[in-house]
Amino acid sequence: MRRIKFYRLLDGLVPFIAVAAALAVGAIILLLQDTNPLTAYEAMFKGAFTNKNGLADTLVKATPLLLVALGVAIAFRGGVINIGAEGQLIMGALLTTYLGVELGDSLPGPLVILVCLLGGALMGGAWAALPGYLKAKMGVNEILSTIMMNQIAIQIGFFLLRGPMIDPAELAAGTGIPHSARLPNTTDLPRFTDIAGWLGLSKSAEEMGLSGFAAEVYGLLVEPTRLHSGLIIAAILAVLVYIFLWRTTIGYRIRAVGQNQAASRYAGINVSRYIILSMTLGGVFAGLAGSIEILGLHHRMFEPTAVSAGYGFSGIVVALFGFLHPLTIIPSALLFAGLLVGGDKMQRAVQVPQVLITVILGLVVLFVVSADILVRRRATRRVSVDEPSPPGPDPGADTGTGPGAGPGTGTTAEAIS
Amino acid sequence: MNENLTAMAIVLGIMHSGIRLATPYLYASLGEMFGQRSGVLNLGVEGIMLVGSFFGFYVVFETGNPWLGFAAAAFVGALMGLLMAVVSVTFKAEQGISGIGLSLFGLGVSSLLFKTMLGSVEGVEGFSELKFCFSSIGIDSTFCLSEVPVAGEIVFSHSVMTYIAYALVPIAAYVLGRTTWGLRIKAVGQNPEAADSLGVSVNLVRYITVIVGGLMAGIAGASLSISLLGVFQENLTNGIGFIAVALVYFGGWSPWGVMAGALLFSTVSSMQLWGQVLNLPIPSDVAVMLPYVLTIVALALPIRRAAQPAALTKPFTRGEN
Repeated sequence: MRRIKFYRLLDGLVPFIAVAAALAVGAIILLLQDTNPLTAYEAMFKGAFTNKNGLADTLVKATPLLLVALGVAIAFRGGVINIGAEGQLIMGALLTTYLGVELGDSLPGPLVILVCLLGGALMGGAWAALPGYLKAKMGVNEILSTIMMNQIAIQIGFFLLRGPMIDPAELAAGTGIPHSARLPNTTDLPRFTDIAGWLGLSKSAEEMGLSGFAAEVYGLLVEPTRLHSGLIIAAILAVLVYIFLWRTTIGYRIRAVGQNQAASRYAGINVSRYIILSMTLGGVFAGLAGSIEILGLHHRMFEPTAVSAGYGFSGIVVALFGFLHPLTIIPSALLFAGLLVGGDKMQRAVQVPQVLITVILGLVVLFVVSADILVRRRATRRVSVDEPSPPGPDPGADTGTGPGAGPGTGTTAEAIS
Repeated sequence: MNENLTAMAIVLGIMHSGIRLATPYLYASLGEMFGQRSGVLNLGVEGIMLVGSFFGFYVVFETGNPWLGFAAAAFVGALMGLLMAVVSVTFKAEQGISGIGLSLFGLGVSSLLFKTMLGSVEGVEGFSELKFCFSSIGIDSTFCLSEVPVAGEIVFSHSVMTYIAYALVPIAAYVLGRTTWGLRIKAVGQNPEAADSLGVSVNLVRYITVIVGGLMAGIAGASLSISLLGVFQENLTNGIGFIAVALVYFGGWSPWGVMAGALLFSTVSSMQLWGQVLNLPIPSDVAVMLPYVLTIVALALPIRRAAQPAALTKPFTRGEN
């Protein structure tokens, strides 16, 4: 038994080792650029985690990352690989913008926000349902179809923002920059400052007698930052997704289909329905991320790829690093949001382009999926050494075997769940 | 009469740029086809293309010699292919995810190098268009094949990289259909256990196909930066690598099918470009979508799906089955 615990601990360390290895490669790249990696990484960490503005930026970026990663995790659990979060996010943001601009002045605030969020979520879901359907009914590789759907969404965005949805002011000025009008203020998600105001928190950090890091954290609440309540929505949803996947029948069936399609079919589960469902739910969360980016942060839609900002891809990294588990995805989202924000600060401090972060993200993915074999091998050995009597299912045998079965990373998650 | 002439010129223009624009798809898809036939789905083509594209461009920018750029792109492409092979074959990683990782990595590396080594968008001469003049082979005539009406204009005025790309189609078909190596590749992709029991090293074959695929993806990237466009910028490929992977499915895993698919796509793309030139009443944003819509439709068509290698995306472990 002790051995199992030790291996579980080791399996849990895999993502951390992957990140450390990726940062080490990043350090080598920094050295090649004649930059001290310690200085660069220090600037990164301090910029992202030690003062209230950095923390606010990190939490603001963590919000879409968390939502996208939740969607990616649901899809992965259901055995489908959703690379289309980027496009689903854009489509969600577009419909939210449309609804906000059209209805913002005629409906009461809370209602219009609800309508906008629902619209964005459903639009994202619809955009994912098509590749899900094509996968379930016609065997179309969902990775390729979702990548194509991303490109189509980007073009739809440009088309709408240059034409029907363009800011009338932009049209009057004749500059033609593709962005929408600003959404009415009624659609703004409350910021943390607003919430603090409602709660009657008005004293400054000094008046509260706080200093150092505590003062910075307190400042997040009372001082005007960009931090908005989308973070709270995302955190609540993470808990709900956990309950959904592990405490409901539908969630159980999604995971069953992801683990073993043949067995699920034999057990009477409508496999293609659950494939479409898990893909669609993935899209719902990405669409919601787009919706919240508009209502909480940007308040208008502009260049689609700048709004999606690569969250569709970094969200995959967040999900993998978070063991594809809704609750561990929360700290994972914080870490990678910090990496993105810190990369920006690093660029300013030591003049190393921020794209270094993209290199590190790519390496984290490569290392995590590569390390999976170690976990899987041990899982097989564990079955044969520690529990010789039941020839239990080999967790490795059914994962990573073709388009039908779940991603191999499921085994990493099994160690935790 | 005049209108007919213009229409004719447009059709010729579309065909000419269709043949030309198929170049990167041909290199990348033919290379990817070998990997998939051996059972490895390399979704990192996009990233490999970007890295090859940058290095090819940089070498030409520094040396002025397009052939050196070609070789550099092939070399770094092969290195990226090796990385993919280590991850997918030795570490048996889930191929869908590892390919996305490799694409992110390639995007990051190429952008980082572009920003630190070039800093701004530059242009290079690269490969120029061949004219097939008789004078160049010592015949005393000023006539060039590219001046032949219709056929000359369409076929005889491309860069050497385009001709190499098309020459690779029959070569790939020959290797796959008529050589021992082709037989091994197909066996490893179709029934690795049987191939293994006959003494074929499954993983060695897969390493070679994925490295060759990487090499060709590197060249595909360079064909954009040093032949078709003559520039490099961040994310130059913008999804071409992923379409190239889809074309392998579309082409039913055969070199000629892949070529047909590449030509169809490049023709649609060139129609879209010409639509912009001619100011057709279709918004360019809508026209740009066409190749992607077509890809999804093509993937949904049930043609030759039976040709899919049985062991595609399945890592091989001896004695597992």
